This record gives sequence, C-alpha cells and structure tokens, in this order.
Amino acid sequence: MKFKTFAAFVGPSIFMMILFIALPLVSVFVESFRNTYDLREQIEVETCTPGFLTQTCVTEVKNVPKLDEDGKTIKITEWTGLESYRNVLQMDKFWEAVKSGNFGDILQIDFWKALRFTLMFTLLTLPLVVGVGLIIALTVNNAARAIRGPVIFISLLPFIITPVIGSLSIYWLFVGDGILTSMMERWTGTNISMFAQSWTIEFLMYFYRVWHVAPFAFVIFYAGLQTVNMDTLESAVIDGANRFERLRYVIIPHLMPLIVFIALIHLMDCYRVFEEIIGFRSQAHVISLQWLTYDFLTPDDSGSRAISRASASAMLTMIGIVFLLILPLRRTWRDHKGGTH
Amino acid sequence: MMLKKLALAGAMSLMGSTAFAACAFENTVPVKSLSAGFEAWKAVTDAMGECGNVQAELDQEFRTKQPAAFEANPSLYQIGGVSNGTITPLLNAGTIRPLDDLVAKYGQNLAPNQLIKIDGKVMAIAMMVNTQHLMYREDILSDLGIAVPTTWTEVLDASAKIKEAGVIDYPLGGTLKSGWNLAQDFNNMYVGFGGEFFNDDNTTAVNSDAGVKALEEIKASMAYMDPEVLVSDSTYVQQQFQQGKIAMANLWASRAAAMDDEAESQVVGKVKMAMAPLAMDGGSPATTLWWDGIVIATNISDEEADAAFRVAMEGIDTEMVEANNDAAIWLVSGYKPGELSQGTIATAMHSPAPPAYPSTTQMGLLHTAIGNEVPAFLTGDRDATATLMAIQEAYTTSAKEEGILK
Repeated sequence: MKFKTFAAFVGPSIFMMILFIALPLVSVFVESFRNTYDLREQIEVETCTPGFLTQTCVTEVKNVPKLDEDGKTIKITEWTGLESYRNVLQMDKFWEAVKSGNFGDILQIDFWKALRFTLMFTLLTLPLVVGVGLIIALTVNNAARAIRGPVIFISLLPFIITPVIGSLSIYWLFVGDGILTSMMERWTGTNISMFAQSWTIEFLMYFYRVWHVAPFAFVIFYAGLQTVNMDTLESAVIDGANRFERLRYVIIPHLMPLIVFIALIHLMDCYRVFEEIIGFRSQAHVISLQWLTYDFLTPDDSGSRAISRASASAMLTMIGIVFLLILPLRRTWRDHKGGTH
Repeated sequence: MMLKKLALAGAMSLMGSTAFAACAFENTVPVKSLSAGFEAWKAVTDAMGECGNVQAELDQEFRTKQPAAFEANPSLYQIGGVSNGTITPLLNAGTIRPLDDLVAKYGQNLAPNQLIKIDGKVMAIAMMVNTQHLMYREDILSDLGIAVPTTWTEVLDASAKIKEAGVIDYPLGGTLKSGWNLAQDFNNMYVGFGGEFFNDDNTTAVNSDAGVKALEEIKASMAYMDPEVLVSDSTYVQQQFQQGKIAMANLWASRAAAMDDEAESQVVGKVKMAMAPLAMDGGSPATTLWWDGIVIATNISDEEADAAFRVAMEGIDTEMVEANNDAAIWLVSGYKPGELSQGTIATAMHSPAPPAYPSTTQMGLLHTAIGNEVPAFLTGDRDATATLMAIQEAYTTSAKEEGILK
C-alpha cells in the first residue's frame, strides 16, 4: 500500500485517539500531581434565614472565596507531588493494619476495599464467562440447524441490554418486595433481603456480569467453532477419542487465541466495574475503583470536588489494568512471534 | 426547526389553560429557570408560566448543573431554585446578584422573613420551609394504645410494641441510603444530641460524645427497619408509607402531601404528622431547618433581571399559595397551615429550636465525609469511635485540598 493511502486511512483514527485518549490521559496525569483551590478569606457574615414566623439571624465566621475585579474566583494551583496518591492509598494506615495483624482494618480504607472487590469481581467472573460462553457455543453448534437462528438471537439478548438498565432490572427483581424476592419468600416462608448484606449483593453482581457478558464470549467462540479443522476431528474420532477428549485436545487448543482475546477484553472491561454499583445501590456494602473515582468527582452541596484525588485514583486504576493485562498480552505476543503464519 | 417546535410546545404546555389569566402583567422578556423537581416547585413554576415567555426546568440533578450554568456569561438561566444546602456554590462564585433594589421595586408583598440576607444584602427570596418531622400511622398507634412519641426513646419503645403486635411489615422507615441521605440523618440526630459541627479553627468537632450517641441511636433504630434500609432514600420511604409497609418515619415535610394523594396512596387520611422527636431531654428536635427559594443570576442584563424577578414574584404570590396550599409549608401570605403542617410547625416553634442547616463550604465537605464513612458502622464493620475518627480524617483531607485547613 502506498504510504499516502495508508495515512489517509489511519490518520483520522490516530487523530481521534490522540484527541480523546492520549491528551485527556496526559491532563489527568498532570492533574494528579497538583491541587487547585480557591483563595479564601475568613470573614464574619451575618446570615438571616426564615424560621416559620420570624427571621433568625446568626453571625458566623465563614470561609469565603475572594473574587477578583471581574467577579471570578481566584484560583491557586499548587504542585503537591505524590500527596494525592498518598491520600488515596493511605499507606500509613495500611502498614499500621499489617503490623498490628488486623488485616480486616485494611478493608476499612476505601481504596483497598474497592481494590479487593474489583480484583475478586474481575478474576472470578473471567473463568465463568469463558466457561459459560463455550458451553453455549458448543450447544448451539450441535443444535439442529432449524432452531439455531432463534437460539442465537435469544442467547444474545442479555448482551444487547445497556448495563445500567440491566443491573437496575436485576435490582428491582430482587429488592425487598421485588417479584422474585416475593416468590422466593412465599416458597421458603422466610423473609429474604438480598440487599441487606454484602455477600448476597456481591453474588448478584457476579451473576449479573456473567449473564451479561457470556453472550459476547459465545458469539466469538461460535465463530471459532466454524473454523475447526474437520479432518483433525474425524481422525480423532477414528482414533477413538470421546467427546470430552476431542474438546480437550482438538477444540480448545484451536480456540486458545480466542480465549486469550476474550480474557483480554473481559479483564479490561471488568476492572472498570461501575454500573453494578450504581444499579444495585451497593455503596454501603461494596464499592469498586471506578466508583471511587466517580465519588471523588461528584460535587457536594457546596460545589467542591476532589479533582486531584480523582485523577490519582484514575491513574491507579489504569496501572491496575496494565498489570492485569501483562500476562495475556505476553502470550499473544509470543504467539505472534513464534507463530507459523 | 424541530427544536423550535419542541420549545414552543414546552412553553405552551406551561402556559396551560389559564394562559395569561392569573398574571398581573404580560412578560415579554424570555426567562428560564432551573430548580428542583418536587411538588412545590412545580406549583411555583406553573404560576410563573402564566406570565408568558417562561421556560422552567425541573430537575433533581439541579445541584450539579446550577453552578456551571450560572457561571456562563450570559448565564444559561435567569432564575434559580435553591435551598440553604445548595446556595453555597453560587454565593461563593458570585454568580447570583443582590436583590435589594428589585425587592424595593417589586417586593411589596414579601414578608420580612422571606428575605435571605447575607452580610446585609438580600441574596435570595425564600418561599417555603422544610424540615423533617415524625410521620405516623394514626390508626395503628391508636389501635395499640400507643401515645404519639415525642422523643427517640419513645419512638423505639413504640416500635418495639408495634413489632410485637406484628400489624405491619416494619415499625420504622428511614432515609439511610448511603451517601447524602444517610449523612443528613446523622446530622439530624447529631444536632438533636446538642452536637456542634465545627471548632473555631475550622476543624470538625463530630468526633465527640454527641457523635457516638447519634451513631448508637441510629443503629438502635435500624432494628425496627427494613433490613435493606441502607438503600432507601426519601422517595423509597414515601412509597413504603403509601403502600402501608411502615408505621412511622422521621421524614421531610415536603413529602407529607403525597400521603393523601389518592392516585398513589393506599393510606389516605391515616398518616398524621407530629414534631420531629427529641434526641435528648431539653434538646432541640432531631432535625435541621431548611428553606427553599429563588435567586437571580449575575451574568444577565438588568432588564432580564427585572423581568425574571417580576415573574418570580408572580410565581410565589398569594394566588399560587391558595391554589396549592398543602404542597409545602409556605412562607407566603395567604398560607393556611393545615392538618399536614402541624408537625413542621411544632418542630420549628419548639424551644430550643432546631438549627438551620449551615450553608458553608465546610459543611459540604463534612456532609460528604459523613455519608461515605457511616455505612461501615451500620453494617457492623467498624465501631463508633473508629467511624468518627474516619469522618474526621476524611474531612481534614478534603478541607486541606480546598485550602480551608492549613
């Protein structure tokens, strides 16, 4: 291909990637090392507010931002180094808990609490998604040709639903007087509260994520199954390999690159778990790293946001993803280099 | 084109059937307002719409939208609906204008206690007060021969009796949803125990005796609530009441009218209001006083400000109140306190009175810290002292970042 043609095709995409991925990343990186706040002065302010019949006036000392001539607040930006990272990680508390042997205390620190859940969520759902996706793919592949279309359509449905809507519907099914909870209560005769303790919430989250993502794995595997070498499979049958052995020694090795691909996508997606936290309103019990960043960024009633801590937390999330991806990426790299293609 | 049509349709629907009828003047300057979305705001903005050329946006996310929208030049809205909790960022950024001259020109009908004065200048016009009060099922309490509780001890006693009688799913409802709601509930109980939020040097004083008591009291009340109470906000509690699932709750006054809404409530006429319970003898009711009102943007022309203020005055006039008497505890003349407002009035008139919710930057930071740290105590992961310590640390970190603490 001529370089000019190549550039014309790839150029826009690279431009978009720089504009929407690289530049924001750089700005977040910079933002995590500095802190911006309003210049404030302490003044005595008399505030009069209504009681029901009379007015109550109180004089109090307030921290009020100074305004410049244009009526804009005066911003001060300070380089803080690793301060924001320190505030997010709270390593002093972490080591204190390690030294005293109270490992439970580590999970009282927001970041570590979020990291614990995010990692468990990512690593536990991974084999389930791959396994369930493979089972659906094999089933559909062996199903009669006539019903394949409808079966594929139905098994794809969960993947089409927007994650927020999906998690909200699970929430409304299982909340205190939801349809499924009411049914289970009638069946077992006990009062069931799925959202009252963290393990049930976490269980629902795993269940929801696998239900939601398995169709994606299924579609990929199903496509892969169409390319399995029939000759190899037939010779395996002639050699007396049973169903399981054919799966173990022919099909899975053939699908391995796809399994790694799905693992890559899944790790990246899952580490950013967020919708479930919002949908299930689980903040009291379970939080994720992405939710932590969101929480730092949400302005409170007085309009303050912890932007530098949010940036630090976002950078830490990114570092976490990179760590998780090293293994599968190395494998793909090796495959490509040593590949026979 | 489509957009224009939509805007027109929106404006038309606002004007309603009584278009121009009830407004004293015809407004020719386009005016936009952004406010919260509960019943009272709907009444007020509908009344503003009668003057013509008014577009009202009712949005529960207003608190995150407002600061940026008012900072634009020209401001995206002329009128803002605020409460004492949400006025702070606007005041801090100087994006709302002093209203003294406008009040002198058009504010003849305003009562003195509607004027929110900050440093001697009128910065907002209040239209209603809001506070928590005890809402209870009168039929259940009288069936069981329980007197209306006036203290939290009595609330818990009554709850125990109701639970024993087994006449309802849960004796108590609570707005303990992790985050803002839970923090507000803690604040209520905390001031009820006589707690102060801040020391003179801007450090927080929540790590105190009153803090421990407040936490313990909330935990004690949870024994009588829905086990999933950590996901329940005001709307959830309101619905639990309406569906006859709870017997009592310390809930916002602005939710009272919904109990008698025949379209959605199964307990019409059965829910009565009483004073917010006291946390301790000789203390104030365990709640804070709030007001809701309007502000006018700085970054608009004086002509627009003039029109916006006149429209707003029409929105909170006597006619509107007479038509929507029960939608809120109005501060506007013409309001006749009804059955539903007795609890709020008793709460506000109690001596000592509950404090007004402080509208300061520090309070915003502290509110967030409380909302994030208290859940660990209620789920049993952490004891009261450690929780208060964690709140203090979280507040200190964010106050340092905001340049409030050195």
